Amino acid sequence: MSAAGMNAGGSKAGSLIGKSMPRLEDKALLRGTARFIDDINLPGMLHVAFLRSGFAHARIERIDCAAARALPGVHAVLTLDDLKPLLTTPYLVVALPSPHFKLDLHRPALADGEVRHVGEPIAAVVADSRYIAEDALALIEVDYDPLPAVADCRAALQPGADLSHADQPHNLVAELRTEFGDIEQAFAKAAHISRADLWVHRGGGHSMECRGDVAIYDDVQDHLTLYSSTQAPHAAMQQLAKILGRPETGLRVITPDVGGGFGPKLIFYPEDVVVSCAALLLKRPVKWVEDRRENFIATTQERDQYWSMEIAVDDQARILGLRGEMLHDHGAYTARGLNVAYGSAHTVVMPYEVPAYDLNIKLAVTNKVPVTPVRGAGQPQGAFAMERLLDVVAQEMGLDRAEVRRRNLVRAEDMPRSKPIVTRGGIDVVLDSGDLPAAQADVLRAADWDGFKARQRAALAEGRYIGLGLANFVEATGRGPFEPATVRVDITGRISVMTGAAAMGQSTKSMLAQLVADQLGVSMQQIEAITGDTARIALGIGGFNSRQTVMAGSSAHLAAKAIREKMIKIVGHRFNAVEEELAVADGRVFVANDPERGMSFGEIAQAVAGLPGYVLPPGVSAGLEATEYFTQDAMAYTNGAAVAEVEVDVETGDVRVHRLILSHDCGQQINPMIVDGQLMGGIAHGLGNALFERMGFDDQAQPVTTNYGEYLLVGAGEMPEVSLLHRSSPTPLNPLGLKGVGEAGVIPTPAAIASAIEDALSPFGVRICQAPIAPQEILSLIEAARQNADANPAPLAAGMR
Amino acid sequence: MKPPPFAYHAPSSLNEALQLLGRLENARVLAGGQSLMPMLNMRFAQPDHVVDINGITDLAYIRREGMMLEIGALTRQRDIEFSPLIAEACPLLREAILQVGHRQTRNRGTLGGSLCHLDPAAEMAAVAAIYGAELVIAGPQGQRTAAFAEFALDYMTTCLAPEEMLVAVRYPLWPAESGYCFIEYARRHGDFAIVSAGVLLRADASGRISQASLALGGVGAVPLKLDAIAAELIGKAGSPAVFATMAEACGDIDAMEDALITATYRRQLAKTLLRRALETAYARATGQPLPRHAQHRAA
Amino acid sequence: MSETRSISLTVNGRAVAADVEVRLTLADFLRQNLRLTGTHLGCEHGVCGACTILLDGRSARSCLMLAVQANGHAITTVEGLAPNAEQMHPLQIAFQEQHALQCGFCTPGMLTTLTELLRDNPDPSAAQVREAISGNLCRCTGYNSIVDATLQAAKKLREGVPG
Repeated sequence: MSAAGMNAGGSKAGSLIGKSMPRLEDKALLRGTARFIDDINLPGMLHVAFLRSGFAHARIERIDCAAARALPGVHAVLTLDDLKPLLTTPYLVVALPSPHFKLDLHRPALADGEVRHVGEPIAAVVADSRYIAEDALALIEVDYDPLPAVADCRAALQPGADLSHADQPHNLVAELRTEFGDIEQAFAKAAHISRADLWVHRGGGHSMECRGDVAIYDDVQDHLTLYSSTQAPHAAMQQLAKILGRPETGLRVITPDVGGGFGPKLIFYPEDVVVSCAALLLKRPVKWVEDRRENFIATTQERDQYWSMEIAVDDQARILGLRGEMLHDHGAYTARGLNVAYGSAHTVVMPYEVPAYDLNIKLAVTNKVPVTPVRGAGQPQGAFAMERLLDVVAQEMGLDRAEVRRRNLVRAEDMPRSKPIVTRGGIDVVLDSGDLPAAQADVLRAADWDGFKARQRAALAEGRYIGLGLANFVEATGRGPFEPATVRVDITGRISVMTGAAAMGQSTKSMLAQLVADQLGVSMQQIEAITGDTARIALGIGGFNSRQTVMAGSSAHLAAKAIREKMIKIVGHRFNAVEEELAVADGRVFVANDPERGMSFGEIAQAVAGLPGYVLPPGVSAGLEATEYFTQDAMAYTNGAAVAEVEVDVETGDVRVHRLILSHDCGQQINPMIVDGQLMGGIAHGLGNALFERMGFDDQAQPVTTNYGEYLLVGAGEMPEVSLLHRSSPTPLNPLGLKGVGEAGVIPTPAAIASAIEDALSPFGVRICQAPIAPQEILSLIEAARQNADANPAPLAAGMR
Repeated sequence: MKPPPFAYHAPSSLNEALQLLGRLENARVLAGGQSLMPMLNMRFAQPDHVVDINGITDLAYIRREGMMLEIGALTRQRDIEFSPLIAEACPLLREAILQVGHRQTRNRGTLGGSLCHLDPAAEMAAVAAIYGAELVIAGPQGQRTAAFAEFALDYMTTCLAPEEMLVAVRYPLWPAESGYCFIEYARRHGDFAIVSAGVLLRADASGRISQASLALGGVGAVPLKLDAIAAELIGKAGSPAVFATMAEACGDIDAMEDALITATYRRQLAKTLLRRALETAYARATGQPLPRHAQHRAA
Repeated sequence: MSETRSISLTVNGRAVAADVEVRLTLADFLRQNLRLTGTHLGCEHGVCGACTILLDGRSARSCLMLAVQANGHAITTVEGLAPNAEQMHPLQIAFQEQHALQCGFCTPGMLTTLTELLRDNPDPSAAQVREAISGNLCRCTGYNSIVDATLQAAKKLREGVPG
């Protein structure tokens, strides 16, 4: 670090880090002048509507588009056969590589003769307006031959099960095993063994903006531009290059303002291909915006897993080993990979010392919407499994739930703590920093954990059932290998930062601007942050896995630092000053005690922009631009703990969450206001996963929750008071010590709420083994516990505190 | 999700509307649009004609004549919510309307629209059942009236002929000292109730119940009037035990089952909500403090 | 092509006349015909609240109205809330200060809904704010910052401070 930044009168690099600065994105969003995908309107633009399967599984005997094509205002009706001449393959081959795949389940761009989930696109109408396109959908005739549908991942793997894909030999997509330590010995020497069978159900990302594409083909340049509400524009561009057989130079993917991602928008979808093909075929701009009904049946979802687990502990409740089976619903196609199941498996053992582990995972293909990461990406399920098990241990051994955890958490003095597992990319898993016991202590103190028993007794005397629940978590963030950033100062002095990272509402532009402004001593407003445009930077990976601040932020920080140092060098040479004499402020670099001697950023940029026949300053390369590919292979592990306080109405089954307390540690915070915002959104999502969000399917895999009256998102009235507590343990992995935060809130919240419900219902001895849990299920559990108590009074007494 | 093509008509008088309804095939009346418009957007409804009655402004009114309250069918739910007359004369209706949707939907949604759509969980339908409201129906032959029990035929089905329109609802008012309560259980504020319970009752000076009317919403295809229980309450002094016993009778009602909610749960809710509604209504009728469950969340 | 009608209305204080298809929703009319794309469509079945506008000062779902129904009425959209190009409405300022928006997609509906609330109830409780926005879904913020921002804006408005 240059000492120049320390000079009086100049900006001190680092002074903006950790400050709650207002966001650059807000003004346009607040005034309604932001530009989301559906806000793009171009002359001559046509509109697409998709015909989607109403069957979960069927063979398509015939598609007749004649009547639809004849409707005035319709420009084309496309089926897979119409696209094939444009495609190198009809399939979207998008799976992250893994040796564990037993089946290749690539999605076709449009149905390939068999539909395998309700909502699968069969044909696309391109018309003058969306209204007309939808009129034409009703005129397409499709003859279906219905096939048996697999609606449940448990049924999928039974002997003789119906096949989800008629042309595949079975329904087992993959089988994974995570194991370490001597599991047999762990269980052999256990003082106590607890068991739990758990279910976490399916939900969606539910960004308030659905997906969408606008494709523009320029036949003069033979160039295709796709505006897409994607979280991963470079990946989309690369996929388009492959499936269309076009060079990357003939393609550009741009993300406009994106109205929330939450995972499903990182996927490359059939619609992206179809809309691109429509523009190529018709040579007109083409727009498709997913409507909410499509979003429920065509946008990927997550979470369905069944766990059957055992935990072995010694007589002090110290964990000796964990073993079990997990069944993961993969959905109908491989739209991403095996990553969700990996994430679940690892999350189980992250916060605690677990000497032995043996988890066998089966991934089953079903006739439901494909499963890919939704905020949390398998981690909420893993946390749910572990935290529910620890509660069972506490209850069965008569110990306080927090005490059982305290005895098993990874200790601060043991950091860095290597875990005997590797990421799906084969990289060692190491907790490098953080104080997990302290984070738990924070939330216990804030919740008055020790004083709660008295409150609970007093409430019970009034007939009120209140409870507290606790969960710890570690979140894997900052997935590598890199996310580049370019920082450029042009000859007018304007500063821009360009990155492969994609903004989807999580303040990425502000984050980048804050880091660059910090180095260059200007205000954030003076920096233009350009995200999600493949024409502005060659490579990019995108927004998922709580990675962009860690990866793109580090690159932007380093690139801005390089620019700062280069400017100091140029001005130092010009004014014959050493670095220590120079200051950076107000868009200038100058001699600190003689500010007249200095240059504006624009002048500096001009000095290295090259004048024909004149030399560059000695030792300085051309241009005031720096690109950094900060590389971080290992993941940065954020940690924390949550406590929920609930009240259960035992006559309606209603659960009110009165309070949530979350302690977390994401290392160095750049903008605490934004960190809090990310946590709050995750908590609300977690509350939904705990109590409200349930993507229902009937036994024929027909979705039964396809609108917002049936699928319940948390509203303002459901959100409790939330207390956020902060710790900061910077990771040594990157220059600023950054860890990600985007998914933290969602991971412990369902587990903490389930624990709190169980605590509230402890007079009945009820166990909560699923998320979400609905009021009617709570009443059923209470009823079952009452009947059990009538038959056998002792367990009820044991359940009383 | 865009509406299908249709022809649009915007009559400015009731007569004009009735003439249109008499002559047009496959026409739908558009009032507040809070139910019809989603059905159009989803193309669940595909009418050839939409008759928009929002221009017939003389169908929007609230007036009282003696012990009869009459509300025009086009009266917006929000105008019922903010009507001092209704707050005073018909507090059950006000308590119920606060649980109908959200501000944005009440601003547009109308009383008549809610009754004609006749969702099984509609609060306005349950309240009409409890009051034994009389519905004023206009048709080509002039006006007729129907008791709510005759109006609400079956699941989302009214007695209205295609050429008829609901124009007003008349509520026989109860004396001001009557107790009332409308509660429902919905997963979130503003959602359609899973089950609702509404109670009107009067008690004499000794605390004995002299008159009662009860109904449940959300359990059956149409609001379930509980006249037998109401009759049994007469002459009894209210107490938690009495109300619990009475509510227990809901344990074997015929309740709907759907993909998301079991019949068993609806019966459990019916028992709980009816008991709570009785307790609250009785407390109000007798000037006693409200029970604890009435003091925070309704259910 | 379904039938068209001529309509005239006021949008954000400006008189507007147009020929519209009768089946065109008010939301699509504002977004496509008038290019006022601040009004967002999140569900098109009247639940998410992103498309909320003010119709004669009252909040309404613009996805649940036909454009023809706005004939003769005054519409306010999010674009009409700020007093001018330089200043923002106190609610907008408070939203920024309290980080009451992230992706911003639900924000226009929140702002229009809350504009009505603060006009009718200048000193709402937190519970009243929650009730007012119970018909507006947000996936990003967890709502509490929206409640805080509204209370802040209410205070500013009561004090007569512009922002």
